[in-house]
Amino acid sequence: MTLHRSHVLVCSGSNCALHSSSFVKDRLTLEISQAGLGDEIRVLETGCFGLCAQGPIMVVYPEGIHYCKVGLEDIGEIVQEHLLKGRIVNRLLFKGTSDKNWMTKDDFDFYRKQERVVLRNAGVIDPENIEESLVRGGYAAFGKALSEMTPSQVIQEITDSGLQGRGGAGFPTGRKWQFTQEAAGDKKYVVCNADEGEPGTSKDRLILEGDPHTIIEGMLIAGYAIGATQGFVYIRGEYLLSIERLQKAINQAREFGLLGKGILGSDFEFDLEIRSGAGAYVCGEETALLNSIEGKRGEPRFKPPYPAVRGLWQKPTLINNVETLANIGPIIQNGSDWFRQIGTPECPGTKVFTLSGNICNSGLIEVPMGMTLREIIYDIGGGIPDGHQFKMAQTGGTSGGCISADLLDVPMDIPSLAKAGTALGSGALLVVDDRHCVVDLAKTFLRFFAHESCGQCTPCREGTTVLLRLMNKLASGKGDAQDITNLQRLSTTMQQASLCGLGQTAPLPILSALTFFADEFHAHLEGQGCPAGVCG
Amino acid sequence: MKSLDELKAIRERAQQALKMRESGDGVVVQVAMGTCGIAAGARGVMMALLDELVLRKRSDVFVTQTGCAGLCEKEPIVTVKVPGKSDVVYGGVTDQKARDIVGSHIINGQIVSDYVLNIKEA
Ligand SMILES: Cc1cc2nc3c(=O)[nH]c(=O)nc-3n(C[C@H](O)[C@H](O)[C@H](O)COP(=O)(O)O)c2cc1C
Ligand code: SF4
Repeated sequence: MTLHRSHVLVCSGSNCALHSSSFVKDRLTLEISQAGLGDEIRVLETGCFGLCAQGPIMVVYPEGIHYCKVGLEDIGEIVQEHLLKGRIVNRLLFKGTSDKNWMTKDDFDFYRKQERVVLRNAGVIDPENIEESLVRGGYAAFGKALSEMTPSQVIQEITDSGLQGRGGAGFPTGRKWQFTQEAAGDKKYVVCNADEGEPGTSKDRLILEGDPHTIIEGMLIAGYAIGATQGFVYIRGEYLLSIERLQKAINQAREFGLLGKGILGSDFEFDLEIRSGAGAYVCGEETALLNSIEGKRGEPRFKPPYPAVRGLWQKPTLINNVETLANIGPIIQNGSDWFRQIGTPECPGTKVFTLSGNICNSGLIEVPMGMTLREIIYDIGGGIPDGHQFKMAQTGGTSGGCISADLLDVPMDIPSLAKAGTALGSGALLVVDDRHCVVDLAKTFLRFFAHESCGQCTPCREGTTVLLRLMNKLASGKGDAQDITNLQRLSTTMQQASLCGLGQTAPLPILSALTFFADEFHAHLEGQGCPAGVCG
Repeated sequence: MKSLDELKAIRERAQQALKMRESGDGVVVQVAMGTCGIAAGARGVMMALLDELVLRKRSDVFVTQTGCAGLCEKEPIVTVKVPGKSDVVYGGVTDQKARDIVGSHIINGQIVSDYVLNIKEA
């Protein structure tokens, strides 16, 4: 065995990769070996730390020193000063909004206020090494389920945990598993939804990149519970690193006898395949996704029958989101009571949010359900940059609602946000400051829906186009009160009559913006122009 | 094809490598690694410490470096920090003395008084 005195973890998540983290890693490896430290120091790539605005991020163990925005020109100093002489390079530490230097992850609120269940291994392990996953408890929950629990006991545990789907709709996971288990069928399937089409969301991608084995484990447990022998992971095609990492992980799991026939010496059989999507937003909708896997056009199907009864090739199919599946291992391993201690009684567990927009620490965070929007934006997110004021937040992505500063203390969980007239959705959180116009934003959201509507049903196909036309008219200052009435009536029709969630939720950003920012809409009517000075 | 027990064995074997990334409260051995320390042989001392720790299967002990402590004529300087105990500073450490420090102090809890420069009360 070789013992390294230091491990240097370089983030290789997609957001840091955009800041050239792979060059940073290569240069670091080179300079370490030139300094003769190659045998003592191990350099490895790891998943997302979450502080993406500060990337590339590097953490040096055993001290746990956390460096930000590391450029190629900084590597020499890190090697000569820190790795050789043990002197911390202060100028690369995280500064936050204060003058204080933050040394390790435990020092700053961004990490301290988080609770990592889903992201427990991201930024800690080498995601391409199954052994590191095993050390951190990977596949232990599956081993427990297979050797100590019946399928029904597994489902009971998930039901008791109160886990709700993290893909957007928030359906109770245990019940969905039970329906699929009870459905009659000679063959059943488990599908992982990693399409992640919601603008401003990258959590599923970063979970897959940081810890692919946790998804395989979640699907294995699901397969055992519902009686499936085959699983598919539907990943959007642009997610190259997710696909590559997951494929490596699948290969390793097969080598270890964790996928295939006779798993771990039992008679349980399960295997996985990756299918990549071509980037249509609607293909994230579960029945469109099933059509896409079957090689058909990615158009939603009528529901019912639900996929649990008739899914892939008409067989009972369980579809869960990446983040939902990442919760399964910890729940089985630690029990539903443990899970219920996190979050709120109505909505247990954690939620991963993608922070974007006008916020200092944009990136990926995981917090207990029920943390207030204020805490997320100001304590973890570091507030609004450049002295601007908070104006609104859009929760739940493009199909979520826009809420104003009056709602900063809303608990961020599924029922509380639904009550507030918006949605938690997949956990996109777009923060907007006072320089932006709500009408202009709503127009932008509609352009997205008009583009992404699959055109299969009339309320959505025509509705999104007409809504966009109305919004364009309003934004240009040519609208009148009748247009607003029409906007509301058409929205209601779409919510009630559209075939799938896309058309049903497309009006939500407009309706919520109309509720919270009525004055701003009316200002656009009365010929006062755009108060924020954006439209024109 | 692996069984559950084999998985457990792999888990235990690989555990050593990941200990470092836990926010540990274990034993830390610091080697002063200023220019003076390096000139006096601190790098060899560090390698000896690491090698001895591997031989004795003590991957839970972390070896780190610090800068010059201002006692350049006493280099190489090694500080052993055991949680809850006084920090012990050793001076003039050679490769062999480094191995003694691991064996006596870290494994058996006996401070090697011959090489001690200073003991900092906890
Ligand atoms: C237009 C549209 C897009 C969707 N996109 C996604 C997506 O990208 N990822 C996802 O997990 N769920 C998406 N969903 C929700 C899925 O239909 C489904 O509810 C979810 O995958 C179920 O998994 P869960 O119960 O684990 O949340 C989308 C729904 C709609 C209507
Ligand atoms: S609601 Fe829109 S996206 Fe959904 S099926 Fe109808 S046209 Fe297609």
